[in-house]
Amino acid sequence: MQLVLERRAERSTTVAIASPLIAIALTLLTMTVLFAALGKNPLIALSIYFIEPLTDSYSLVELAVKATPLVTIAVGLSLCYLANVWNIGAEGQFLIGAVCGSWLAVRTQGADAGAWVFPVMLTLGATGGALYALVPAAAKVRFGASEILTSLMLVYVADLLLDYLVRGPWRDPNGFNFPTTAEFDPVATVPILIEGTRLHLGALAALAVVAVASIALSRTIKGFEIKVVGAAPRAARFAGFSADRLVILTFLISGALAGLAGIIEVAGLVGHLQPNFSPGYGFTAIIVAFLGRLNPIGILIAGLFLALTFIGGEQAQISIKVPLDLTKVFQGILLFYVLACDSLILYRIRVVSSRPGAADAVP
Amino acid sequence: MQFLEPAFLQAIVLSVIAASTPLLLAASGELVAERAGVLNLGLEGMMIMGAACGFAGAYFTDSVIVGALAGVLAGVFMSAVFAALTLGLAVNQVAAGLALTIFGIGLSGLIGAGFVGARIETAPHLHLPVLTDIAVIGNIAFGQDAFVYASLALLAGIWWFLYRTRAGLVLRAVGDNHVSAHALGYPVLRIRFWAVLFGGACAGLGGAYLPLAYTPFFIPGMTAGRGWIALALVVFASWLPGRLVIGAYLFGFVTILQLHFQALHVPVPSQFMSSLPYLATVLVLIAISRRRGLAGSATPASLGLVFVPDR
Repeated sequence: MQLVLERRAERSTTVAIASPLIAIALTLLTMTVLFAALGKNPLIALSIYFIEPLTDSYSLVELAVKATPLVTIAVGLSLCYLANVWNIGAEGQFLIGAVCGSWLAVRTQGADAGAWVFPVMLTLGATGGALYALVPAAAKVRFGASEILTSLMLVYVADLLLDYLVRGPWRDPNGFNFPTTAEFDPVATVPILIEGTRLHLGALAALAVVAVASIALSRTIKGFEIKVVGAAPRAARFAGFSADRLVILTFLISGALAGLAGIIEVAGLVGHLQPNFSPGYGFTAIIVAFLGRLNPIGILIAGLFLALTFIGGEQAQISIKVPLDLTKVFQGILLFYVLACDSLILYRIRVVSSRPGAADAVP
Repeated sequence: MQFLEPAFLQAIVLSVIAASTPLLLAASGELVAERAGVLNLGLEGMMIMGAACGFAGAYFTDSVIVGALAGVLAGVFMSAVFAALTLGLAVNQVAAGLALTIFGIGLSGLIGAGFVGARIETAPHLHLPVLTDIAVIGNIAFGQDAFVYASLALLAGIWWFLYRTRAGLVLRAVGDNHVSAHALGYPVLRIRFWAVLFGGACAGLGGAYLPLAYTPFFIPGMTAGRGWIALALVVFASWLPGRLVIGAYLFGFVTILQLHFQALHVPVPSQFMSSLPYLATVLVLIAISRRRGLAGSATPASLGLVFVPDR
């Protein structure tokens, strides 16, 4: 008796809809075991992680605030992954966007520059992120270098550049030697949506990104091209779609969105540039993209769910003293299950009896 | 001139070897997995787990050997998860590798949380009477720790296996054309499974080297992208074991430049020097990819492709 994979005649729609839910259920089950292993009451721990953040208005706002960068970045990444382009350096593009936009905020500090500052910062952030993403894209198209490794390497470079700037030329002279820029002027910060909360305009921007991507993917030729190049490269070649141009395009879009998310995060929540202002949003966004099944609406929901793990993780660290790294473990496990369940859309698992020559079964 | 003194040159060579060894160990295993056609992008996650478990093993038993074994086991465990997904469930290898890295970084932080500030004795260095005491080269050739010799022996073994044994030939065939290998009756998935596990063991050992021989403590995220650099090394080496040594020592040299520049008081921001290994990786990948096909590259044709046997 062996378990083997067998290709389905056609994609299973039932599994396609159910797969993210099954993945989440399996993750919760695994978390229960993990909490028990850590000596915590799983029920209490799970409710701190996933239910308590939903019960008060402060946490609900935080949920939207944390989902904002995740959704914005993940929508861009989903375009890449749909076209079978592997941009995994969104974290770097996020940081560079923050750096480029902050440049203007630092330059105009205290100059009472006027309302033009903020829109220009957004433009600089998006442009910076896009240009930074262009490096791996161009290296891929022009020289055939693996975009996976180059885009990832540039994350470390971006991190070090940010570190250099806030410890060196951009450091706040009155900041008691802390590695941070001075607080941005009010004209250089993201407008708050609801007075007295941290909810800022970025949340609306994320919703707009979802809406535009949704329409672009389902209603435009470019959206169709992206899907065909990823799903059926041979057919795409016959149709005259250029895979190279799409590598550049998807990298530019995802880089711009990551950069935009970066400057919005800095100018919206943090209010100054500092190292480690990102808890790895660029990497978590990869999980968001897959959990959302590379669909903009799905990504919106998935972004909220993963934002929940960040908030729940912080609360669990305080109230039941579990390490913050547990959140990353959960995110990793969640991605495992999402990928495994997605596989069952194309394949079914069958039990076959052992026979000579059936050596190729799952080891 | 300080940097022309024999003692300084010796210090540089010694530090390059130390910095290169984890890269060489991890890249050797990945080379075997990739020659079998599996791209395991989870190298970073397997290495950091090797580092955390390696430290834990050595901490509780005061034995570097137990530490190294624990690192190997951690790498094998991680790669088994990866194998179950990519070989068992035909999951995309890129995505599964990323998941493995995220998972590994989180889990190693969880394990390492208990060891903050703890120290262990690092691996002893070889000392042969007379030989080790030879000026300059004595320490370089006969004064290393066991990991260094093991990494070189491992690579020699891999070369011998891939090019001088029948099993190695079959493994390469599986990586080059899994459909044909399957048609000839070779168990493609089983061979890949063992190759992935071997890759995990090497990555775990490479990660364990860091707390067991490089620095005497564990820091979360201490692999600092070495897994990704090791992945790039395999490309740099055009999947040929011989070139892997050159690549690993070259990258080890770039990594170590930063420390020596600081010692020489070169007025360059430290962050710039720290970013050199990553920038060098990007440039090397571009340069190598441009020449691919000219330099007798052995890129496995089925690398990264999903294989589901029909029956």
